[in-house]
Amino acid sequence: MKHFVIAVLVSNISGVLTRVSSMFTRRGFNIDSLTVGETESSEFSRITISFRGDEYTKEQILRQLYKLHDVKEAKVLENDTVQRELLLIKVKNCPETRQDILAAVDIFRSKIIDYSTTSLCCELTGESTKVNAFIELLKPFGIMEMCRTGIVALERGNNCLKGN
Amino acid sequence: MKISGAKIFVETLIEQGCDVIFGYPGGQVINLFDELYLNKDRIKHVLTAHEQGASHAADGYARATGKTGVVLATSGPGATNLVTGIATAYLDSIPMVAITGNVPCSLIGRDSFQEVDIVGVTMPITKHNFIVKKVEDLADTIRLAFKLAKSGRPGPVLVDIPKDVQVSMCEFENKPVEEPYPMKKADSSLLKKAAEIIAEAEKPYIYCGGGIIAGNASEEVQKFADKIDAAIGCSMMGLSAIPSSNERYLGMQGMHGHYASSMAENEADLIIACGARFSDRATGNIKKFAKKARIIHIDIDGAEIQKNISVYLGIEGDVKDALARLTELVQEKKNAQWSERVKQLKKEENDMLIDSKALTPFNIIDIISKTTDADTIVATDVGQHQMWAAQRCPFEKSRKFISSGGLGTMGFGMGAAIGANMATGNKVVLYTGDGSFGMNLNELATAVTNQIPMVIVIMNNGVLGMVRQWQTLFFDKHYSNTTLERKTDFVKLAEAFGAKGYRVFTTEELEEVFPKAFNENAPVVIDCAVDCDEFVLPMLPPGGSIDEMITYIGGDN
Repeated sequence: MKHFVIAVLVSNISGVLTRVSSMFTRRGFNIDSLTVGETESSEFSRITISFRGDEYTKEQILRQLYKLHDVKEAKVLENDTVQRELLLIKVKNCPETRQDILAAVDIFRSKIIDYSTTSLCCELTGESTKVNAFIELLKPFGIMEMCRTGIVALERGNNCLKGN
Repeated sequence: MKISGAKIFVETLIEQGCDVIFGYPGGQVINLFDELYLNKDRIKHVLTAHEQGASHAADGYARATGKTGVVLATSGPGATNLVTGIATAYLDSIPMVAITGNVPCSLIGRDSFQEVDIVGVTMPITKHNFIVKKVEDLADTIRLAFKLAKSGRPGPVLVDIPKDVQVSMCEFENKPVEEPYPMKKADSSLLKKAAEIIAEAEKPYIYCGGGIIAGNASEEVQKFADKIDAAIGCSMMGLSAIPSSNERYLGMQGMHGHYASSMAENEADLIIACGARFSDRATGNIKKFAKKARIIHIDIDGAEIQKNISVYLGIEGDVKDALARLTELVQEKKNAQWSERVKQLKKEENDMLIDSKALTPFNIIDIISKTTDADTIVATDVGQHQMWAAQRCPFEKSRKFISSGGLGTMGFGMGAAIGANMATGNKVVLYTGDGSFGMNLNELATAVTNQIPMVIVIMNNGVLGMVRQWQTLFFDKHYSNTTLERKTDFVKLAEAFGAKGYRVFTTEELEEVFPKAFNENAPVVIDCAVDCDEFVLPMLPPGGSIDEMITYIGGDN
């Protein structure tokens, strides 16, 4: 099982997310994370899907995506890409652990974005592995709640999805 | 000049070449029906007994002609009643446009009377679907629906039109008929590679699917087979693409396929699959499928290549064009040994047939086939009778076998037969079973109203035979809910609907009755008494392979 990230350029119209995600459900492909948002052109949205699977699954997903009328381009993003995830995480704040948490925040280049006498909220962006490591580090301090966006990714250099 | 959405609906259908539409009225489509009333000399609407029947009729219309079938239903239950018909068309890649009404946009999402999110419901069973929320988008959306239905691998498209869009006014201008998107052409280097592989093969077998019919490639595939001296078999969806009189043709392969075609496929050193998708019913156990063969797969749908089976060479493209070009590229060859072997397989198959004077399914089909001609359309429902018809009916012309393949929809036949006749004017023989016929026999009313020249041949064995066959073979004869114990009198039933009905018990009776029925030029029901332990043979057990083929079942049943 390998981990893949696919970027999909789709028409920016209502229902398009359902069409894409229901294709995954129907064909039995599992999604790890999915993000969607408008692109530089209001005509298109960009969906970034990360999933684990073999070569067969990857090929099938690409081919099935291309059959959807609203899909303009789909591409597996391989090595030469930048990938980021955003994490918001709220941990318990108490005098005994505060300094340790602040140290972790510092080392991971995270930011404190909310503070109360009993809780601390941090923001972190980075690759998924970094996000995972940060969460692991904070676990012993008591995670109250968290959310992460899932992966967004772009290719390096001049490579772009064109939407032809 | 501004016209209403309802008028735009009718004008766009006519503009796109639609001459017949099947449907059923209801609250949210009254405006559309009003326009159909005003334009009844320009476009014919066929009222069915149930929306499901209408959807199958639109499907049958499309299968018989290749034109896009159109069905119209109201919101809510009308729309959901189309679902089985749309899924049937989707699984068999049949071009269809389904139009539904819906509650006005302002009432959507409030669980209004007869409101259903039909776009959400049909998303996984359509190529694409639309809800039109502005009358300005209506004409182009309907046009796009026709374009998508026909493009590439065909399929159903649904357009949902809320009531307020039907009554809103907007400018309208006619446009030309939408042409499908240009077909992808096979890559020349891949065709060259295919030609090299073919040159090395000594036992080539061509596996034709429904794509040969949809892609209008019957002639190309036969010329190709002649040039490389190959045997030809087909999936059920490929039936009628190759004339039965073609000596290379071995008939349907797969779970209930002909012995000769399944064996030849298993022994082949090269399989060239054309417009087929390696369905589990056509291949049996994929792991043991055709172990000795390299496989070349030609299909318009790139997603089919490497989907169900790993192939040696996949070629994405229009099958008609690919076969014509491939025929040019290949060297003419003779495979004398292989031809001999194929002949021998055919002989072995013939020797297996048991001669009987009883009213067996094959005798029924043989008697009927003596009267019918090459233009007669054979429609079926789903079950044992369908497989018997698929195995035994001779075909000389393409698009003459109308049957639900991928979805296996019992109750498909009545609607489909009506649609096929409406599209072509040709006579129809519908093979059905007492089980399948029971599902949508209400459409007998439609057949009578429209005086459809069709003979409904019920292979009446009093059981749900196909499931019973499995229960016999794999469930210790636990006949759970497959013995019908009904008291339906199909002769009286036919008469009650205004059709003629006959019951036959012997071949002699059928020989006398069928020609009369066929020449009636109106719906006639022939109820044929068939033994409940007639089996469909040969049979590959589910998930089984060719070595497990059952060709005979002992007589203690």
